[in-house]
Amino acid sequence: MKKKRVIPVLLHKEGWLVQSKNFKEYKKLGNPQKAVQRLSEWDSDELIYLDISKNETYSTNRGDTAAPEYRDLPDLLGEVSKVSRMPITIGGGIQTLQDIEVRLRAGADKITINRAALADPSLIKLASREFGRQCIVVSIDYEEIDEKRHLRVGNQKTPNSNPLEVVEWLLKVEELGAGEILLNSVSRDGMKSGYDISFLGQVADRLRIPVIACGGAGNWEHMAEVLSETNVDAVAAANIFHFQDQSVYLARKYLTSKGLPVRPPSIQSRRG
Amino acid sequence: MKSKICILDYGSGNVTSVKNAFDRLGLESRISNEVADIAKASHLVLPGVGAFKASMEKIEANLPFNVIRTEISEGKPLLGICVGMQVFAESGYEFEVHPGLNLIPGSEVIELPMDISKPHVGWNSIKVENSHPILNNIDDGADFYFVHSYFLSKINNQSLIASCDYGVKFPAVVAQDNLVGVQFHPEKSQKNGDKLLTNFVELVQ
Repeated sequence: MKKKRVIPVLLHKEGWLVQSKNFKEYKKLGNPQKAVQRLSEWDSDELIYLDISKNETYSTNRGDTAAPEYRDLPDLLGEVSKVSRMPITIGGGIQTLQDIEVRLRAGADKITINRAALADPSLIKLASREFGRQCIVVSIDYEEIDEKRHLRVGNQKTPNSNPLEVVEWLLKVEELGAGEILLNSVSRDGMKSGYDISFLGQVADRLRIPVIACGGAGNWEHMAEVLSETNVDAVAAANIFHFQDQSVYLARKYLTSKGLPVRPPSIQSRRG
Repeated sequence: MKSKICILDYGSGNVTSVKNAFDRLGLESRISNEVADIAKASHLVLPGVGAFKASMEKIEANLPFNVIRTEISEGKPLLGICVGMQVFAESGYEFEVHPGLNLIPGSEVIELPMDISKPHVGWNSIKVENSHPILNNIDDGADFYFVHSYFLSKINNQSLIASCDYGVKFPAVVAQDNLVGVQFHPEKSQKNGDKLLTNFVELVQ
């Protein structure tokens, strides 16, 4: 039987893993490689690794931490994928087919594009032809304002300036050849208020490709809700996985106990 | 004999993931498309991520496939992963029809049914159909990581080692003589994947 996926999201900014709230406040959490290794040792279903660096710095430039220093993104990805037994989806800074190839070659299994797809939707089609649609995840951020959903492009403060409706964009992305959608409510980012169930349910029913729900997980019950009440294929979350060593195990244990079709929790494997 | 794995490099595919998996298992492997490395290798791996036609074109452009064909016919084990297994087919129907390597004559690559969510992404269980050493110590019903929209069809019953169910029953593991193909990604399938890769390396000529 096909299982629903539980996917931790790591946010990376200029050499550090960070925690985000509403896409504007960032708290430094530590070393990327250690976090990836820990999630891999707990047999996480997958990992989404988003690079939100504002500049090309992949080194913390601090001699006083034990954190490894990385030359560039492929270097970082290469090191991170060495310790990962789980599939990695990498996002951030992808503009061209070449950018995708570099990331796949460095050890990513899938890539996710967001702004580049909005700027030039044909990138989705070209990428899906070249690499297969299964490795092209299109990430979509939206805000909830007065019960309506508005596309959010980057950090812009005027969400209405993009004339595309979220659902319209989702259907277009699917038609162009995306393999999966990572659907993220910015309004719920870091808020621990639960997933946007009604909208996720509506979207998952309209699309043929898998939808990964993101934004708002404050506890495992929120994950159970979205998995039992909608047809999303996966639940993703960032902050909830950060502060507990056994988080992946606990999530799957809880969801299994609720009768949801996830992989049963597995005890930690120390082989990396 | 100490195994030497050659991960066939055709300019695509997730070669690094596969290399990382062998490294973690302490198995010596090399990423190459050189004739000398292919000849010296005890085992060949054809990894895969991508579309059938794009992969076939890259294989034709970058691999000395006549040499590989000879090595296979002399009994060298070859493991095809995902698209690396699909190209065993006589022909593939992704976007348009395109010939495959025809290692399994009569087989073809077709799309998963229309009425299910695609691609098939994530963990799914396999059902053992025929015993084979590639599945040693792996339970019937074990979960593996899949990511694909197409599958290899028209495989004869004896070659079907394990199947998977996703709207249709399709081959998850096939084997024919020294050829082994897996639709899932063993390099990303954690303990079950590690067992399968170890089993592959234990297959001898």
